[in-house]
Amino acid sequence: MSNIKLRITNYKLPLAILLALVVSLLLATTVFAQDDMPTDDEVNKIAKELYCPVCESTPLDVCPTEACRQWRELIRQQLAEGKSEEEIKQYFVTHYGARVLSEPPNRIASYLVPALAFLAGAFLLFRGFRMWIKPVAVESAVPTDDAAPVPQDDYIRRMEEELKKRK
Amino acid sequence: MIADFGYGVLVVAFLTALYSVYAAVYGELKKKPAMVESARRAMLLTWPLLTLAAGVLVYLLVNDHYEVQFVYEVTSRSMPLYLKVTAWWGGQAGSLLFWSWLMSAFTSLVTLRKWDRDREFLPWVIVVGGVTMAFFIGMNVFFENPFAKLYQTFGGEIAAYTIQPANSILFTPSDGRGLNPLLRHPGMIIHPPMLYLGFVSFVIPYAFAMAALITGRTDDRWIRITRRWALWAWLFLSAGLVLGGRWAYDVLGWGGYWGWDPVEIAAFMPWLTGTAFLHSVMIQEKRGMFKHWNMLLIILTYDLVIFGTFLTRSGVLSSVHSFAQSAIGPLFFAFIGVTLITSVGLIIYRWDLLKSETQMTSLLSREALFLLNNLLFMGILVVSFWGVIYPLISELFTGQKVTVGPPFYERATSPLFAGLMLLMGVAPLSAWGHSTVKTLGRALWKPALGAAIVTTVLAFTYTRNVIALVGFFLVALVILVTLYEYGRGALARQRSQGENIFVAFWNLTGRNRRRYGGYIIHLSMMLMAIGILGIELFQVETQGTLAIGDSLELAGYTIKYKEVASWDNPGAGVNYTRAVVEVYDANGNLLGNLHPRKDFYFDTQQPMTIPGQLASLKDEVYVLLIDWEPINQESTTFKIFVNPLVNWLWLGSLLFLVGVIIAAWPDKDPQRVTVRAERRARQTSAAD
Repeated sequence: MSNIKLRITNYKLPLAILLALVVSLLLATTVFAQDDMPTDDEVNKIAKELYCPVCESTPLDVCPTEACRQWRELIRQQLAEGKSEEEIKQYFVTHYGARVLSEPPNRIASYLVPALAFLAGAFLLFRGFRMWIKPVAVESAVPTDDAAPVPQDDYIRRMEEELKKRK
Repeated sequence: MIADFGYGVLVVAFLTALYSVYAAVYGELKKKPAMVESARRAMLLTWPLLTLAAGVLVYLLVNDHYEVQFVYEVTSRSMPLYLKVTAWWGGQAGSLLFWSWLMSAFTSLVTLRKWDRDREFLPWVIVVGGVTMAFFIGMNVFFENPFAKLYQTFGGEIAAYTIQPANSILFTPSDGRGLNPLLRHPGMIIHPPMLYLGFVSFVIPYAFAMAALITGRTDDRWIRITRRWALWAWLFLSAGLVLGGRWAYDVLGWGGYWGWDPVEIAAFMPWLTGTAFLHSVMIQEKRGMFKHWNMLLIILTYDLVIFGTFLTRSGVLSSVHSFAQSAIGPLFFAFIGVTLITSVGLIIYRWDLLKSETQMTSLLSREALFLLNNLLFMGILVVSFWGVIYPLISELFTGQKVTVGPPFYERATSPLFAGLMLLMGVAPLSAWGHSTVKTLGRALWKPALGAAIVTTVLAFTYTRNVIALVGFFLVALVILVTLYEYGRGALARQRSQGENIFVAFWNLTGRNRRRYGGYIIHLSMMLMAIGILGIELFQVETQGTLAIGDSLELAGYTIKYKEVASWDNPGAGVNYTRAVVEVYDANGNLLGNLHPRKDFYFDTQQPMTIPGQLASLKDEVYVLLIDWEPINQESTTFKIFVNPLVNWLWLGSLLFLVGVIIAAWPDKDPQRVTVRAERRARQTSAAD
């Protein structure tokens, strides 16, 4: 439509452009408001990974308090403004500190200690195994029933033995 | 006046516990059995004393004595009688008293047992029980007096005091603040007692362990005596955890059962060490090895029980500041520190006596696999403990407050849990003493093949999620191995004894209840694992605001909003809002009506969200009423979860209880039977 206007009345060009812009902008915002209003699910997806500083251990998506409801609306607004998940999280971190995140930001520090402790335990255990295990000499001293000729009877005998011991 | 009487009884109980410790030590050191006997009787006296104190507290709770601060804080006039009684453990002061009361019941029970063969343990068991009890009663006497009353000074300030301050008058509020509505759920009424029973009963094995160290009788006598105590403790603790999970699922309204909350972890940590202990004591009984380690495990369990009691009640670990403000926080830590150092010191003192009697012979032997199991349990413990204290450490050293939420725990513990499942599949097939790759492989290949087939079928019919498939493979492996072992035993028995197969199963279980109870527990764990995998990996949710007649769709289900009603129940002090929604399956068949609710409690001004649940073995539709505008019924917000397989978790929990009860059921003590027979013989001969 604006093209036609352009051709007919050249002197009104600036005005036409302005009109076209305004109309398209208006159209754009209405379309945006109708289709791109973030759904509850989109809001909850982000809220699930955030914690407000007051409600400890309750993720934002399920927290029933009024303050948390306002936070969820804030997420909705920011989503409507076209911000990404990361930007929104960053917004909350900037305003309320790293505690709003579900995990400490410094992953190395949070995972390293338990990982090292576990590895240390594993190392100690395996070094212990090597020390404890007596080589072949002892193993052959223990009566083996590995190659027992009648495995089924042997199994019964062993089971009965164990059962007797339990008594 | 009656409140002051209750406090007086508490003081007497405190002194009695202290006396029993003193008399036991004195009597033992000076070789005066009469003193030890006096200590034993003092210990027996604590239970009636604490029962009396608790009775006074319950009397005050039931009769609306709001001048007592504790009563004011946890009850209100609108609460029904049973809730007023159970409000006893609804607050810190009361739950400490509840702890001491249960503890005294257990120490009384243990002092009543027959001590003929292990008289030397008695004084030291009394000492450990008495010290623990004195600590908890002391908390009540000096810091958290449940009988403290509210007084108003002439300045107008109202505060709670044990003894009336000068220039003040008693202040009686007209109504109490009421119990947190979240705690007014049947699950919450039995969950804390179960958990506390578990906590308290683990003190008994610890007491015997210490007695064994002190007396130098470090053979496995103490383990044999306390085996059933430990199993019952484990049963209660596990039941407490499961009930807590069920309560969270039904009441907290987030569609889950476990949120890795510090309070949950507090109860989970002693469970981890306790479970490791139950496995590793078997090595000591069978092979006489790893005595130091068993001692250490029971000490850790004891101190984690104390730590857990403290955490579940105060939650002060969330911040350095609240910790410093709490009077009892530093004391708890001092107590944990002292007991830990003393106990570990005793292990070092007795180090040589605890040397292993035999040697490990194979990396694949049962004992080696049990040690691996212990390593994994300790790994989960370290992750849990670190997650709980990390916020404190971070705040202390960097000033930065952080949250350690479920993603951390899930990522860090899931490989460890997978490892445990693998061990559950392999270990039952390995032999004590020695196993080789060959013997183990021979026993394992059939179940492993079966599990692989199950997994392939699932991959084509149910899911392509790799983590889920690994999980289901392990579940199938453990179930098949366990059934294979069970079946092999029963068949062997059938053949050798000529019993029919069901009788064979029954007798097999009866003759080694610990082993076959254990197998049932393994099976139940796998059912739980199915539920956990389902909800963790496949849970879906949606939320929407509906007008009456509108519907929401999720995972093939259609949820249609029919109506909503709201009404007050002035007697109970609650406003109920209840919606009716219909659930249809993908073909449009009506599956049922659900009634999600929102209850609002006037006294505490808190809401509670009760989900509507449609359960099946396949999944569960879980509908929450999130928001409702009374003026405009057109907009009601619902949140819907579909939780696949979650009911396997609850089924598994039930089977689990069966398994532990089978394992822990008391045997007929052969010695007692003979003693009884002898006595009878003597009586008859005397009559002759």
